[in-house]
Amino acid sequence: MPFTAKSGKFSASINTLTMGTGEKAIVLGGENVFPFYTFDAPIANAPKVGIEITDGGLEAEPDCVKKYYEGCTTVADMAKKAATFEGVDFLSLHLEGGDPNGENKPTEDLIKIVKEVADAVDLPIVISGCKNVEKDAEIFAKASEVLDGRNAVMLAAKEENYKNVGASAGLAYKQVVGAESADDINLAKQLNVLLTQLGVDAKSIVMNVGTAAAGYGYEYVVSTMDRIKAAALQQGDATLQMPIITPVATETWGIKESVATEEDMPEWGDQEARGIDMEVETAAADLASGSNAVILKHPESVATIAKMIKALI
Amino acid sequence: MALKGLDIFKLSPKKNCKECGSPTCMAFSMKVAQGAVSIDACPYFSEDAKAAMSEATAPPMKTIKVGAGEQEMTLGGETVLFRHEKTFVNKTRYAVDICSCMDDATIDAKVAELKHVDYERIGERMYVEMIDVEFDPASGADRYAEVVKKVAGEGRVLILDCQDVDAAKAALEVCKETKPILNGANAQNYKEMNDLATAAGVVLGVHGADENELYDTLAALEKLGNKNLVFNACTSSVKAAFASAVQFRKAAIKDSNRTCGYPSIVNVSKLAKGDSHMQAALLSLFTVKYGSIVVAEKIGYAEALPLYGLRQNVFTDPQKPMKVEPGIYPINGGDENSICLTTVDFALTYFVVSGELERSGVPCNLIINDAGGLSVLTSWAAGKFSSSSIAKFFQEQDVEGKIKCRKLCIPGKVAVLKGELEAKMPGWEIIVAPREAVQLVKFLKDMQ
Ligand code: SF4
Repeated sequence: MPFTAKSGKFSASINTLTMGTGEKAIVLGGENVFPFYTFDAPIANAPKVGIEITDGGLEAEPDCVKKYYEGCTTVADMAKKAATFEGVDFLSLHLEGGDPNGENKPTEDLIKIVKEVADAVDLPIVISGCKNVEKDAEIFAKASEVLDGRNAVMLAAKEENYKNVGASAGLAYKQVVGAESADDINLAKQLNVLLTQLGVDAKSIVMNVGTAAAGYGYEYVVSTMDRIKAAALQQGDATLQMPIITPVATETWGIKESVATEEDMPEWGDQEARGIDMEVETAAADLASGSNAVILKHPESVATIAKMIKALI
Repeated sequence: MALKGLDIFKLSPKKNCKECGSPTCMAFSMKVAQGAVSIDACPYFSEDAKAAMSEATAPPMKTIKVGAGEQEMTLGGETVLFRHEKTFVNKTRYAVDICSCMDDATIDAKVAELKHVDYERIGERMYVEMIDVEFDPASGADRYAEVVKKVAGEGRVLILDCQDVDAAKAALEVCKETKPILNGANAQNYKEMNDLATAAGVVLGVHGADENELYDTLAALEKLGNKNLVFNACTSSVKAAFASAVQFRKAAIKDSNRTCGYPSIVNVSKLAKGDSHMQAALLSLFTVKYGSIVVAEKIGYAEALPLYGLRQNVFTDPQKPMKVEPGIYPINGGDENSICLTTVDFALTYFVVSGELERSGVPCNLIINDAGGLSVLTSWAAGKFSSSSIAKFFQEQDVEGKIKCRKLCIPGKVAVLKGELEAKMPGWEIIVAPREAVQLVKFLKDMQ
């Protein structure tokens, strides 16, 4: 008697969402099964992998990443180089230097970089904010303007600034609006509802429902994504059917497993391998839990995760 | 699968004697079905009826014991597919593979390498719990037994990855007391392997070229009376491995197909030979989705640090927050003259805060309060992280006797405690730290 599995295909599906334009445009979502459950139904749009660079340029990168960008002098140079790495589907420009509690770079300086990067590559672009809600509202408004027509992702609107970000990125310039909440299905849902009430098209929202490095409260990430996918697919909740994008690099490259040098922790061994594996293992868990896209930093991590996705789809 | 009240009633003594505390056997049966009372409350259920019931009410996934003595551990026994439904009960275990084709020096080096990873994280020992010993037909059964014997004393559960009956027999001879897994049954040899495994009293691992063959062999072994089994996820491709691990788990738990209800072994060493980062990704994937044992070529600190952290998170009880031991944690060589910072014992808070403090490079003392394992705001709201609780904790721990510095930073989220703390802890300068841990590095450096 052969093994017969009941199909786990649902009648509801995740929204499809296009990032970028032209030949390099990519599509997230569309599946009507749990992550990688291709045995239940085919998954037309494989999860996508983005590579992150920052406004800080080469200097801001971890040492082990620098060598991949040898010869680059500007952020735009790095963007061009990043676009050539194996497995890269899109580019994320993380404007961390805008943070008023950090470098507090003026918005104009950051937007200049956005423009240069956009001119340098034809990949889909994600603009990742600095986490300060006021500054981000300003950055996303200007970035949406200079990226007009690029169908870029603004990552992300939060409860505190969704009106501004929704209005500029979503309504005025028809960019993709990122909706960020912290590990709570109700908050994720609420923000989606608020954005759509504002007039933002539900089909051009992508969620960041929370992220953590493996070992750092990661159970909340898994359970939030599990529950969101169950609500979206099993219960057909249209307010949670947006695809999920998860910034991984910003979490994993700041923790001690990646930061501690070999001199600091001789028994831990090679620092680069630790950084990559932390990034890769976190990303694999994110994808298994329901991320439709992950943002990574190390080219080796990008290649590995792209290969894993390919093997699973 | 739970039994319905009516099914239980059919087996009941039907005396309606009320000794169980219920008015009728029917009422009692209903309560048993709901799990409100134990069947043992009725003295008259026959042993046969009880046996029939325990078979029918047995959990959908078997709990399998492997290893002996201190190394004994349990696999499987899960009742849900998602951790928010109920706690996952038996965490994924990890193994590194060696092969009888390797020379002694290589084996020694691999064993030393896997034993190098051994540390504690929030009260849990993190180490490679198992060694997978692959059989190499070219070097034969004697060499296999020799290698198995060599590693049997390393304090790890052995997986005898061997589908050759003679070699398996020879290997079991030298290690059966350690209760290894005889991972060698397939569609052709399962009868002989079953004899070997049952005679030695060890768990039998089952292989199949595809899901159907795997399922049929599991069913055939069950027919022979063996339910002390684990199954191998298919190794033909990553996709096939994932499909079999997920589908069998789903079939067992959702559809009560007990033949699928055994722990799984996923061999990522075979799925991604030579590609260490890919194996790292797959170790993680199969920890989240239904690997009971995952075998890799190598688990060093690079692979282990994220993996064991992930496992600890995924297998934690969703109702019970993870706690760290309250106490004084010196950081960056902090001593009695170093500044103090205090926060709660929620593990996540501790990890994030201590990580940032380490990054600052500033010597300090992190004083972790007993706050019931809740986050800063939650414990504050619950009255478990208040000026009185902090003051009391400092007294209990004799912080003033141990530390001379009288500067204490409190989390920005509970800035309201500053005044009360100054009143309750005379002599201390109370400093309000930032609201978010990421701002600590700048905060501490600025203060210096
Ligand atoms: S004690 Fe047993 S036999 Fe008596 S009423 Fe209860 S269930 Fe029925």
